[in-house]
Amino acid sequence: MVQFFFHGFRSIFHGSRAYWIWVASLLALVLLGLNAYARQLAQGLATTGMGDEVSWGLYIANFAFLVGMAAAAVMVVIPAYIFKDREMHKVVIFSELFAVAAMIMCLLFVIVDLGRPDRFWHLIPFIGHFNWPGSMLTWDIIVLHGYLFLNLYVCAYVLYTTFHGRTPRPSLYVPVVFLAIAWAPTIHMITAFLFQGLGGRPFWNTGLIAPRFLASAFAAGPAFMILVFTILKRMRAISFESTLIDKVRVIVTVSLLINIFLAGSELFAEFYANSADAVHISHLFGLHGESLLAPWIWTSLGLNVVAALVLLSPVRSNPTALIASCIMIVVGIWIEKGLGFIVPGFIPSTLGDFVQYVPTLNEIVICIGIWALGLLMYTIFLKGAIPIVNLQDSH
Amino acid sequence: MAKDPKLHAPLSRRDFITGLTVTLAAAGAGAAAMTPLLRAREVPSLDAFLQQHYKRLTAEDKKAIFARLEASIEKTYGVKATIGDPPPMDGVEFAYALNIGRCIGCRRCVYACMAENNQSRDPQIQYIRVLQMKKEGRGIDIESSVHDYPQEEAGDPNYYYMPVQCQQCKNPPCVKVCPVKATWQEPDGIVVIDYNWCIGCRYCEAACPYHARRFNFAKPGIAAEDINPDMAYLSNRPRYMGVMEKCTFCLQRTRKGRYPACAEVCPTGARKFGNLRDPNSEIRRIIEQERVYVLKEHLGTIPKFYYIFAK
Repeated sequence: MVQFFFHGFRSIFHGSRAYWIWVASLLALVLLGLNAYARQLAQGLATTGMGDEVSWGLYIANFAFLVGMAAAAVMVVIPAYIFKDREMHKVVIFSELFAVAAMIMCLLFVIVDLGRPDRFWHLIPFIGHFNWPGSMLTWDIIVLHGYLFLNLYVCAYVLYTTFHGRTPRPSLYVPVVFLAIAWAPTIHMITAFLFQGLGGRPFWNTGLIAPRFLASAFAAGPAFMILVFTILKRMRAISFESTLIDKVRVIVTVSLLINIFLAGSELFAEFYANSADAVHISHLFGLHGESLLAPWIWTSLGLNVVAALVLLSPVRSNPTALIASCIMIVVGIWIEKGLGFIVPGFIPSTLGDFVQYVPTLNEIVICIGIWALGLLMYTIFLKGAIPIVNLQDSH
Repeated sequence: MAKDPKLHAPLSRRDFITGLTVTLAAAGAGAAAMTPLLRAREVPSLDAFLQQHYKRLTAEDKKAIFARLEASIEKTYGVKATIGDPPPMDGVEFAYALNIGRCIGCRRCVYACMAENNQSRDPQIQYIRVLQMKKEGRGIDIESSVHDYPQEEAGDPNYYYMPVQCQQCKNPPCVKVCPVKATWQEPDGIVVIDYNWCIGCRYCEAACPYHARRFNFAKPGIAAEDINPDMAYLSNRPRYMGVMEKCTFCLQRTRKGRYPACAEVCPTGARKFGNLRDPNSEIRRIIEQERVYVLKEHLGTIPKFYYIFAK
């Protein structure tokens, strides 16, 4: 055990100049975020752009997006474990490690959104007063922690045994992998239920939210993994056959098309019926009064559609085009989940008030800090895991 | 598989020094980054931190807590306040009726509410929002209403004025969603919050269809001379930064047989308040005989706040 952690430290401390610049830059951003959070703790959530009208903003938006990214790890795990894809097996651990980092980011985004993080213990069952099964938020807490620990266990067990030169015993982790596969969709589904169960918010109160969340996550998550795999391969850190990227690309394409279809279906129902509740979506698209969100949602829609066209055309086999469309998908879906889903649910308010939401610099710095921490953790995980994984492959 | 010597190699001195330098620099900078906490607007005491949920407190716990709160109010504002805990009365379920035919939009209720309930004045927190709606055109239509009309426009006969506050729903979505049961419905129908238990996630605010809940985004600011010293634990005692609050039908008054501040101050008699379970009460007569409606009936929240059209 000591050796295992010592190896971890040694790997983390051993790197090129570029590596240290990357780590130091992320650390600097984390510290800036920490400083911004200390300011928020000291002065309250008044340091954010949120108010009684738009009472959830960038924090919850990033939370919803990252739950999807974490859930999407399953799209690499399924081919590896269920369809026994050997190439996928080489990279599956990197996807699971990302799920761990993403889950930690999710929990941090919830914590920074709390007005009283010091009372976090009120959520602990029995000691606190856990409103389960009534509140969907309590369900979310259970599934998020469950998913975090399932993935943490699988990663730790596989890496630890491989490190000691043993082959991981399937009976000790494969059942957990299958449980995690079944578990993954629930984390994003329940996060969707959190919103779609609110009758007083017509923009969210539609049964399509959970399927849309899953489809968009299964596009954005694997798209992000394509970026990670490509970067690691170019750095000569890992090796795999390029057919692997093609397989993940198919997953991304199909999910993206389903996502666009579901969003289109929702747009049709809202705009054609044109009921009083359609005001949220008209406002979102800038068709009902001034809207700060409109440029964002049009950008998001544009990015998604262009990426889909690229992925459907023969250009997709060009690595640069593929990378560009993956970036477009990740950015497009990030906008769709946050500024295109969380914020418009609050505009207009339940009493018909159009209050715009503009995040403050402090709020943005906190978000950047959490992202930097997530990427830093992921970097460290990869740094420790890659030598072990490569060792396994060489045998 | 054999152990790989590369994986078990010792740490080189160079890597150790680089790593240690970065770690120490990060730790030092991290401590420096936390300095804004030294100027925190509000720091909970250990007693407050460990305090249990209202419903789990014994009579003795309550006594000690109320005394502690009173002492802290005296220290902060120099005001001798009493924190009571009036229980709900047997056979009583409160309901409200508001006559839109009479409301002139003067907002006296808004300010009487603030004076009674010790809301923050800076930033200002109001429980009642008066919506102004043009009679000709869409009539009673929340979507096209205006709430920030200038005071001198009040009383315009071309407009309806519709004050909205907590509807004290029989089926409150806010209570259902709270992850820690910090908000609940009392036997007399009033939805209350334990300000010492709320974690400030604002899920209830998202769930409320009536914009009835308010969050303390900053530390509540109220001048000593504005403090109403007659307080109750579940209603108008001073609030904390980072917690929710809402209208409690002035339970510190109504549970002792008085009217809510908003009803008492109304100059036109547009506001009526009473016991829904008393068949001879004024509120029952109004609901049974007048043309009443409730807001967003289709949501199934079953508000106990009725709007009436009457002379």
